[in-house]
Amino acid sequence: MSNENELNTQNSSLKTGEADNAYLNMDMLRFTTAGSVDDGKSTLIGRLLYDSKSIFADQMEAIEKSSKSSGEEEVNLALLTDGLKAEREQKITIDVAYRYFATPKRKFIIADTPGHTQYTRNMVTGASTADLAIILVDASKGILTQSRRHAFISSLLRIPHLVVAVNKMDLVDYDEATFNEIVADFKEFAHKLDVSDITFIPISALKGDNVVDKGEKMDWYKGSTLLHHLENVKVDAADNVLDFRFPVQYVIRPGMNFRGFSGQVASGHVRPGDEIKVLPSGLTSKVKEIVTMDGNLDVAYPRDSIAITIEDEIDISRGDMIVRKDNVPTIRNEFESFLCWMNEKPLDLNKQYILQHTSNQVQVFIDEIFYRINVDTLGREDTYELKLNEIGRVKLKTSKSIFFDPYQINQRTGSFIIIDPTTNVTVGAGMIRAGSTVSKKVDDSVTEKLVSPNVTWEPWNIPRETREEKNGHKAQVLWFTGISGAGKSTIAKELEKKLWSEGKQTMLLDGDQVRHGLNGDLGFSPKDRKENIRRVGHLSRLFFEHGNIVLCTFVSPYAEDREFVKSLFPEGSFKEVFVTCSPETAKERDPKGLYAKAEKGEISNLTGFDADHEAPADALVINTDKLSLEDAVQKVIEVLNA
Amino acid sequence: MTTLRSHSHLKELEDEGIYIMREVAAQFERPVLLFSGGKDSIVMFHLARKAFHPGKIPFPLMHVDTGHNFPEAIEFRDGLVEKYGVELIVGSVQESIDEGRVEEETGPDASRNALQTVTLLDTLKKHQVDAALGGGRRDEEKARAKERFFSHRDIFGQWDPKNQRPELWNLYNGRKKPGENFRVFPISNWTEMDVWQYIAQENIEIPSIYFAHERKVFNRRGVWLADTEFINKMDDEEVVTKVVRFRTIGDATCTGAVLSDASTMEDIIQEVASARETERGTRHDDKRSETAMEDRKKQGYF
Repeated sequence: MSNENELNTQNSSLKTGEADNAYLNMDMLRFTTAGSVDDGKSTLIGRLLYDSKSIFADQMEAIEKSSKSSGEEEVNLALLTDGLKAEREQKITIDVAYRYFATPKRKFIIADTPGHTQYTRNMVTGASTADLAIILVDASKGILTQSRRHAFISSLLRIPHLVVAVNKMDLVDYDEATFNEIVADFKEFAHKLDVSDITFIPISALKGDNVVDKGEKMDWYKGSTLLHHLENVKVDAADNVLDFRFPVQYVIRPGMNFRGFSGQVASGHVRPGDEIKVLPSGLTSKVKEIVTMDGNLDVAYPRDSIAITIEDEIDISRGDMIVRKDNVPTIRNEFESFLCWMNEKPLDLNKQYILQHTSNQVQVFIDEIFYRINVDTLGREDTYELKLNEIGRVKLKTSKSIFFDPYQINQRTGSFIIIDPTTNVTVGAGMIRAGSTVSKKVDDSVTEKLVSPNVTWEPWNIPRETREEKNGHKAQVLWFTGISGAGKSTIAKELEKKLWSEGKQTMLLDGDQVRHGLNGDLGFSPKDRKENIRRVGHLSRLFFEHGNIVLCTFVSPYAEDREFVKSLFPEGSFKEVFVTCSPETAKERDPKGLYAKAEKGEISNLTGFDADHEAPADALVINTDKLSLEDAVQKVIEVLNA
Repeated sequence: MTTLRSHSHLKELEDEGIYIMREVAAQFERPVLLFSGGKDSIVMFHLARKAFHPGKIPFPLMHVDTGHNFPEAIEFRDGLVEKYGVELIVGSVQESIDEGRVEEETGPDASRNALQTVTLLDTLKKHQVDAALGGGRRDEEKARAKERFFSHRDIFGQWDPKNQRPELWNLYNGRKKPGENFRVFPISNWTEMDVWQYIAQENIEIPSIYFAHERKVFNRRGVWLADTEFINKMDDEEVVTKVVRFRTIGDATCTGAVLSDASTMEDIIQEVASARETERGTRHDDKRSETAMEDRKKQGYF
């Protein structure tokens, strides 16, 4: 066991209450701590909580009990900050945990993030709301890769204040020269970063020097203690007070006579009488009142939750933004950003994601990855994908224009998250860059280009909606999946004849057809099957845009590949039909003689024989052992009309 | 050129809470505000009023009623519903027992606290609730320290601590599949002290049992429990009259009182400031095992 846990826990932690209503003048600072267990991060937090009298007796008892039962000799203060069972078992923090403590001057929110290599995601999350970051450096080890990563992420997320806490000074005999060396090293690295305020403090979290109290060992240090610094640093340094931006969250409409546009001021300030412009409509008016339950305000500042009424009747809804008439943000549907990828599934350039920005959600494609940043060396690396915990510079294209400012000058209107529409999980976090362009990648040959160079997307000349109107029906895609011999083609052919006789525009795409010609270069390995389905997906998209009811019959054994195809179409227009039967029936039918070949060993990777088919989770299931052809077709038509 | 805003921590927390309330109203179809009559849910109600002023709160209150209530809390609840004309949905644990959905615990420590989870999930399902606003705070308990503002629950109402969505800036992702829902905690960043200071600052009315009063109590394993018909006392448990108050209001069978003569808001703030135990220290239900709270949360508890 390290000597991390030798904190003196003898004194009872009585909190002394302030007599008057001093709390009415308290403000709030959010900070993040980054560092590994070895840097003494948990001990530092424990020390802050402990010396500021923020640990309750029952919390102390609980961790004493817990330390004892896991065989530790001393009380492990790290247990105060490690929340969940799995973590306590592995003795690591795996997520962002929030801690609270207060002094008579200020309330503090600590976003405690782990420092492991793979947890860039958590560091970014914790940093996104922080006014200050504490970077812990072990005095006996000097600046490590990890310290550099923390500093980089802090600067990327534009945390206004950085504190480099040089910890474990007790291990280097409180030596001033060692401290100065670390300061010099860090400064040399930091000049590459965009950080305006860095403070260096030599501390010993274990012994308590310069954390809350000064201690006697470092007379050479004339600066403030860590807590004193935390109590006095300016809290609103990140607020943009110039550019008024008000994303409308919710419209309050209790009756005909009142329409309040509610939201939190993202930046700038607003007063009654100000001339405003509403985006995206571009209509202008004047602010009538700033309404709150505590009375109308003369002025509202960043982060105030208010409701605005305006002089004229303009149609405004959630997702719109109210700005000053002569100070508007950038309005575009193409922009560049730094993107941190937060999901196990890598970023897919072919996939349509959801972008959430202010109170807006739009569809988005990540068009291009310019480079990946090596967070340890700050070097740029060529890449065609972004994996979990990687940060890259990318270009995005949204389905509608959004209203933004570069993150550097406005965090609230320059930040966004990316959501995977298949799982609804937040998979990425982005910071919009100013509208510059960067040079193309040096080596395109290593990159799988999924968009040809020098092409831009053009809207369809005659939109699908127009074709649908002419055809008298919606365009749709029905995707039949299942093993060979299950009956996909038989049902689809019969269905198409029926639809055609009713005057519908149809197209049937069949596996064997496309493998002659278009996909003639592909085999049956998982990779080739994936590519086969990818091409078929885009092919059916073209027929779909032409207004057809597209019937696709493909074995398509992998759920992931089918998900991809689904993601190419608007919600509700792509439906899966799972055609199935017993393996015996399939073998008996063997319409293409494949099972016979497989049994002779002439072919391999035959789905239903020696390769698996992943059944869809929520598709119409047609069991051809049980249903007649007529009934099967009828069932599919019901789904089509649903 | 501009004068800066005042930066009181309570104002900041209030603005954040209001923001979350509005996100919920905008992102969900059928939200409810879980209301127990306790101070946290009263603060939540106050924030909701502020969020939609001068309009009405656009969602109903929901109370999961164990049937083992402090009468003062129920009186307070009904008074508030009457005064502000809000809709109240009551999910009754007694009904869940009668319908055979849950089985009443027996023995001296019998509590309906654990049974609440089933009633809660049933009631949410019955009313097709897609977001339930709760007054949980991250300072209450270790497992809550990592809870999100928007906490995703699967179709069984369960919480998977390893599969929560990262939350960045003020962007809250409330997208979900049919049948799934969210628990949303607007006062995540508040501490017990913040709640009391805010109640004092805003002059918010709270049930009388938060203030010192005389009550018949008995001591069980260091916790003072109210002498009510809902708890089976053991032979050696002696009922005495003490001056007490409650720091939290939950099910009467598992919410302990503290010996206190704090009879004004100022007294209470003083007392909280010098308290040596967290408020959940008076909660019997957390003492069952070291990860009691985390285990219950996984099953759908708050």
